[in-house]
Amino acid sequence: MDFDLNEEQRLLKESIDGLLSDSYDFEQRKKYMKEKGGWSKAVWLKLAEQGLLGLPFAEADGGFGGGGVETMIVMEALGKALVLEPYLATVVIGGGFLRHAGSDAQKAAHVPAIIDGSKTLAFAQLEKNSRYDLFDVSTTAKKKGDGWVIDGEKFVVLNGENADTLVVTARTKGERRDKTGIGVFLVPANAKGVAKKSYPTQDGLHAADITFTGVEVGADAALGNPDDSLALIERVVDEARVALCAEAVGLMDESLKTTVEYIKTRKQFGVAIGSFQSLQHRASDMFVAAEQARSMSMFATMAGDFENPKERSNAIAAAKVQIGKSLKFVGQQAIQLHGGIGMTMEAKIGHYFKRLTMIENTFGDTDYHQRRVADAGGLI
Amino acid sequence: MDLAFTKEEQAFREEVRQFFRDNVPPDTRRKMVEGRHLSKDEMVTWWRILNKKGWGVSHWPKQYGGTGWTSVQHYIFNEELQSYPAPQPLAFGVSMVGPVIYTFGNEEQKKQYLPRIANVDDWWCQGFSEPGSGSDLASLRTKAERKGDKWIINGQKTWTTLAQHADMIFCLCRTDNNAKKQMGISFIVFSMKSKGVTVRPIQTIDGGHEVNEVFFDNVEVPVENLIGEENKGWDYAKFLLGNERTGIARVGVSKERLRRIRDLAGKVESSGKPIIQDPAFREKLAACEIELKALELTQLRVVADEGKHGKGKPNPASSVLKIKGSEIQQTTTELLMEVIGPFAAPYDVHGDDGSNEAMDWTAQIAPSYFNNRKVSIYGGSNEIQRNIIAKAVLGL
Repeated sequence: MDFDLNEEQRLLKESIDGLLSDSYDFEQRKKYMKEKGGWSKAVWLKLAEQGLLGLPFAEADGGFGGGGVETMIVMEALGKALVLEPYLATVVIGGGFLRHAGSDAQKAAHVPAIIDGSKTLAFAQLEKNSRYDLFDVSTTAKKKGDGWVIDGEKFVVLNGENADTLVVTARTKGERRDKTGIGVFLVPANAKGVAKKSYPTQDGLHAADITFTGVEVGADAALGNPDDSLALIERVVDEARVALCAEAVGLMDESLKTTVEYIKTRKQFGVAIGSFQSLQHRASDMFVAAEQARSMSMFATMAGDFENPKERSNAIAAAKVQIGKSLKFVGQQAIQLHGGIGMTMEAKIGHYFKRLTMIENTFGDTDYHQRRVADAGGLI
Repeated sequence: MDLAFTKEEQAFREEVRQFFRDNVPPDTRRKMVEGRHLSKDEMVTWWRILNKKGWGVSHWPKQYGGTGWTSVQHYIFNEELQSYPAPQPLAFGVSMVGPVIYTFGNEEQKKQYLPRIANVDDWWCQGFSEPGSGSDLASLRTKAERKGDKWIINGQKTWTTLAQHADMIFCLCRTDNNAKKQMGISFIVFSMKSKGVTVRPIQTIDGGHEVNEVFFDNVEVPVENLIGEENKGWDYAKFLLGNERTGIARVGVSKERLRRIRDLAGKVESSGKPIIQDPAFREKLAACEIELKALELTQLRVVADEGKHGKGKPNPASSVLKIKGSEIQQTTTELLMEVIGPFAAPYDVHGDDGSNEAMDWTAQIAPSYFNNRKVSIYGGSNEIQRNIIAKAVLGL
């Protein structure tokens, strides 16, 4: 029973916090948003330089063999600084698929380029009617010779605009909601038949709706078993959920800190508004919500290593519920306590609120995961 | 970071659990599961079994009968005790006055009181709150005047839990009217059998008799019954209240109750099928279990921190534990009410002193719901806890 970071993990935290405090204040972030694709290549290369893009990969693959705790540290820091760069899409999700299912050749083709920052990935999973069910896949991958032909539409693909390689879920067999017959394919973003419609998202990131029309890929495009990869998808998405929980904790910490600073300095009726008990109690409730979220983020991080996939999924679903509830409360109250200024684009708090809000609806919202926990027989 | 308990800790959990299985009187356990009140005899009998095993005052220093356990072991012991369930040691003696005496008392007082607390030879009650002094405790007015070798005590205490059983009381009394209100208070202990002490029961909304008013009319107390220094009582009271940290979340109690809700919800029917099959109910139950898991983790963070870095100063995290712990306890009693629905209604006019076994145990569910409204009020109301967080953590 230990909730402290070890020496190496402390150094990792110091290093990423230091990097971001130098290069990621709110004004700098505005500049990065205007760059191509909506994020900064220079910052991305700094992350690469410090080894952060190689963190979770095995040493044999050129990485540092970091585990869940290391990813938690990074995601919390990225959340705190409201970072735009595609760490989740590239390292956590794209990298996750390669780590868990990539062949040696696939890893050799992609991992070094992820680690040195020259390549980013995107996860094309969401479909028009699939909502949060990972097995609900209509996009098809049909065998042609040794390779595959992919047809279908994917939506809100984070980093879809910039990614060099798309990780695509597609059905090789069966009906739309069958739990077998689902594969995962690596598709070059510039392959013939890939059409992208890109747009900024509410939280300042960028995504794309992507259409695949007769996209031909080789036999080596399939990650793992093309007929039965739901367990793989669940595992990687669980890791993405854990990472989002940590990012949300970082966002909540900074939201609370910013809000408390604001009510200490904002004066009305001749006194700081933070001297009013109604506001103090609200801020205290925000603290309680953020602490409960932090506890469940740690729980989810450690649950990532649970042997039993059902227990792992149930624990992570529970964490996503707690984080969803906490982030909604902390985010909404942060705006309320800021008053009018919280409603403006110019204040940073609104941007934290928007990122928090988008996290709730990514890979299953609070109601979805609460139902999963209930259906699994609870958590006692 | 590591969530797992060590092998030794797991073995310890097994040992504790086995001891409870072998030694908690079955009737005591059943009554607790059913939410009935226990008689004084039933409680004392169990506490003496615990004390004989050497676990009666587990967190005290070894020299006074403590166990020397790690903070994780204490956590495990409490969790197992709460979720078995068996009565927790009498807080007023074991967690409150005991530590004050071994920390601030003189040798004579330690010898006189500590072993009797451990074996519950004396049942202690707490004389803090007064009719005009609730959250603003330091405004208390019960007076102790020095006359020769005696204190003469006059005034009134209230919300005195189980004073009807008590042999001894530890009492905050005003000994200096001219000082700032926190500075003129002393910590005095005396016998509830003293002349001039009157106990009047207060019936709470659940129909039960847990709390009392206690009146002091020229009660004579020997001067040596002052604990520590005169006019330093407020410091000792703060020490005493800050001492109780992780137990306050009562995670084990809520766990036990949630198990019971699941069990009952599988039996009680609603719309022709067990209520556990109603998705709306099931999700509410899951929501509560998730909140409890988060609280358990928060508590473990505090436990692990204490284990590593020592107890030090009172940890503001205990306010988080108090707020969430009480809210969850209240939610569990609401869920129980929801499960039994219309059968919550029958009221037992005899109240429940543990004797009326003919009464259907479901009759205890509504009283338990009513009674549990207290948990967000006592021990520093949840509003006071929010004040503490605002001040001590957020710097507001």
